[in-house]
Amino acid sequence: MTGSILGNRVLRKEDPKFLTTGGQYVDDLLTEPLLAGAVHVTYVRSTVAHGRILSIDTSVAESMDGVIAVFTAESLGLQPENATYNPAAKRALLASDKVRFVGEPVAAIVTERPEQGEDAAEQVIIDYDVLEAVIDIEAAMETDTLIFDDIPNNVVFDTAAIGMPDISGDSFFDGCDVVVDGRFVNQRVAPCPLEVRGCAATWHDGRLVQWTSTQHAQGALKNIAKANGIDEALVRVITPDVGGGFGAKIGTYPEEVLLGTLAKQIGRPVRWRETRSESMVALGHGRAQIQYVRIGGSRDGQVHAVSAKILQDSGAWVDVGAVLAPFMTRPMLSGVYAIDRIECRTISIATNTTPTVAYRGAGRPEATALIERAMDLFAHELGLDPVEVRRKNLIAPFNEPHTTAIGQQYDVGNYEKSLDLVLERADYAALRAEQRARRERGDTKLLGIGVSTYVEITGGNSAGETARVEVQPTGRAIVYTGTSPHGQGHVTSWSMILNAETGIPLENIDVVWGDTDLVPVGGGTMGSRSLQQGGAAVHQAAVELIEKAKETAAQLLEASATDIVFDVDSAAFHVVGTPARSVGWSDVATASSPKEGIAHDTNFVAGGPTFPFGAHLAVVEVDRETGKTTLIKHVACDDAGKVLNPLILDGQIHGGIAQGAAQALLEEVRYDDDGNPITSNLADYAFISAAELPTFEVVHMETPTPRNPLGAKGIGESGTIGSTPAIQSAVIDALAHLGIRHIDMPATSERVWRALTSVST
Amino acid sequence: MKISLTVNGNLHTSEVEPRTLLVHYIREHLGLTATNVGCDTSSCGACTVHLDGEAVKSCTILAVQADECDVTTVEGLAKNGEMHPMQKAFMENHGLQCGFCTPGMVMAAISLLREIPNPSEEEVRIGLEGNLCRCTGYHNIVKSVLDAASKGAAGR
Repeated sequence: MTGSILGNRVLRKEDPKFLTTGGQYVDDLLTEPLLAGAVHVTYVRSTVAHGRILSIDTSVAESMDGVIAVFTAESLGLQPENATYNPAAKRALLASDKVRFVGEPVAAIVTERPEQGEDAAEQVIIDYDVLEAVIDIEAAMETDTLIFDDIPNNVVFDTAAIGMPDISGDSFFDGCDVVVDGRFVNQRVAPCPLEVRGCAATWHDGRLVQWTSTQHAQGALKNIAKANGIDEALVRVITPDVGGGFGAKIGTYPEEVLLGTLAKQIGRPVRWRETRSESMVALGHGRAQIQYVRIGGSRDGQVHAVSAKILQDSGAWVDVGAVLAPFMTRPMLSGVYAIDRIECRTISIATNTTPTVAYRGAGRPEATALIERAMDLFAHELGLDPVEVRRKNLIAPFNEPHTTAIGQQYDVGNYEKSLDLVLERADYAALRAEQRARRERGDTKLLGIGVSTYVEITGGNSAGETARVEVQPTGRAIVYTGTSPHGQGHVTSWSMILNAETGIPLENIDVVWGDTDLVPVGGGTMGSRSLQQGGAAVHQAAVELIEKAKETAAQLLEASATDIVFDVDSAAFHVVGTPARSVGWSDVATASSPKEGIAHDTNFVAGGPTFPFGAHLAVVEVDRETGKTTLIKHVACDDAGKVLNPLILDGQIHGGIAQGAAQALLEEVRYDDDGNPITSNLADYAFISAAELPTFEVVHMETPTPRNPLGAKGIGESGTIGSTPAIQSAVIDALAHLGIRHIDMPATSERVWRALTSVST
Repeated sequence: MKISLTVNGNLHTSEVEPRTLLVHYIREHLGLTATNVGCDTSSCGACTVHLDGEAVKSCTILAVQADECDVTTVEGLAKNGEMHPMQKAFMENHGLQCGFCTPGMVMAAISLLREIPNPSEEEVRIGLEGNLCRCTGYHNIVKSVLDAASKGAAGR
């Protein structure tokens, strides 16, 4: 017995290609025969945040070199359509009556060359009646200016309006010795996948074939079919390599779903690729909440009640960002704590800004930030160590589902252990001693220590996932998966899972995804669902395929199927007790069908979502004269259940931490009062770099979940969820002795310096 | 305009528009698509190539400026089917995820070691500040570069 490959550090099979010839991203499809003669689409975007369109003059643009056509909502006959999450919000794929954010597409130009489209876009003259730009979500609820005519107060979603309990009055905190209030801004950030959006589309044999940079081809197919007014069977979506998504490429966008129509109008294939400056304003943004929190408890540090009112910025549409606060943030508000009473109302508000969507963590980082900041405020009010206050309130280890006061049911948890592991690795006591020493010496560089403990929900957004395993007569296997890797390493991981069950060598396994003709049903990659659902589906397909193959092996070995055993080490079937005579995968596949081999399709349905948890400890240095803040140490323990490949696990954690650090310290999408974006390229937006981060320390802990046979929970987002509040807390902790209790993210030098200035006399 | 340059050891003579950027020349004229474009402000470094042995962001150079020059892209690193030590180090240390920044990152890292053969962690971090990655948190990229340096990649 050589033992299973699962749990081993296996190098990625996909890497040689990326390192030598590069990935095949949508922009790299230069030699695709179906795209021969493709023309380029450039969108003309709104330059005002809010305005009525009075006229669009395309005549000059139409006469320019290389311009084939210019289209508007009117010329294409595009009608306003309802938003999924609030049918009272309506817009057409190209703005028809109004524009609602800077960057909204208004017209489409088709040209021979991309640069011709850029030139022509500047010559499309749009006359606007400029309206008041509504940027701030609190002001948006008060103003008379409506972004959507039929949505009063610009409130697009309100938990109180759909029968969920409102927050009550002071009586909620009866019996509490201490009650503390907070207002936290969880700022708007840009997902910034390094590859921006891009597509290519053509009509072939009466069907629309579209390549798109997406996290979910099967979902994209539905929207593309709808936008083109055709049956879903007439659409094929192909996912090339995708250069990152982080949630922002889960859904589809008007610029993408309109391409089939444009290709049809022109009668040629079309390509579209946005620039980074376009992407920064037209790819969905993340986070964007204002959180009002009240936390109360007794003087010994026991928390009794938490009340929260969360305002979610939906931007100028009602996309998934509008429903993250009610359905992802709210249910997770108890965090890892046993709190008797929790209440929360969320209100989502439209503004004249880029629509918000899912971004790494999608509502859970906001929940963790809320409860963790609240715990810190409560601890500071009591003069207690924030770690000890957390410890006092942690839910005790549990192996049976645990239900919190807000109604969320967690699968398994051992929260204190993850906290202890992190404190031990970081030597918490020594850090506190160093902090005291620096303060006593009057050092310029203050030390801040932030700790967060968290639990999140993964795989919560899907009913199941498909997998198909084919073994060809040569013995080579192909895995077809409904997930859609864009950096997560599924080619390696799914090969490992198949290898562990079937013994087929890794190098003889291919993985196929994201082509809807080959994988018609799939849930895509999002919400840290892939391994626990897609990986589990591959496992299930492999197990079932072996049973199916035993029937064929039985015929070959002239025995009864019930007497056939499969030996994974030799990857062969034999009759029980006589291993000397065996048949391998190639034999079985050939006997099943000399042409096609043997295959099996399955759909795996998980026993429910899983709840990864952990603890993070961040150490920052803050220069008390300049406010400059440096993350100097970060220790993370993220328990994602049973680990398949520690190499990939750690990579996911590292990336997550960096994005958390980015939000805590640097990144923020900003607008001026008129709704003009002022962070709309990578020179202005503070995208975190290597120079701003330390090497991370990862501590491992595995608490398997019973909800899938792999015991795996999600790891794609945990790092971000745990790190963000730990780092924010560390900055505030560095200044706590000066009386500073809270600094909103990002804790830029300026913001920290202002906080320092506000307390120094 | 007519230009003549060596790319990955092969001499190319081409007619280009004066405004053609080197990155577009490499990608579209030569079909070498590993070199990516990630921004429009020369911030991300995804387009990093070597021009006469030094890392440049190929979106900041006109193709005509590379006339008579020697250009190396990530496609030109492997010799006889064997990856360059920096490529190997990225693979062994999981220095890439989605792969989009990777070609530029590898080219920048090789150039960094030519300048500083045995850099400290801080020198690697500062040296790669102009190359952005959204996936790895840079942890394994830095580890890859230090690993490559320790294995003598600077001489390659």
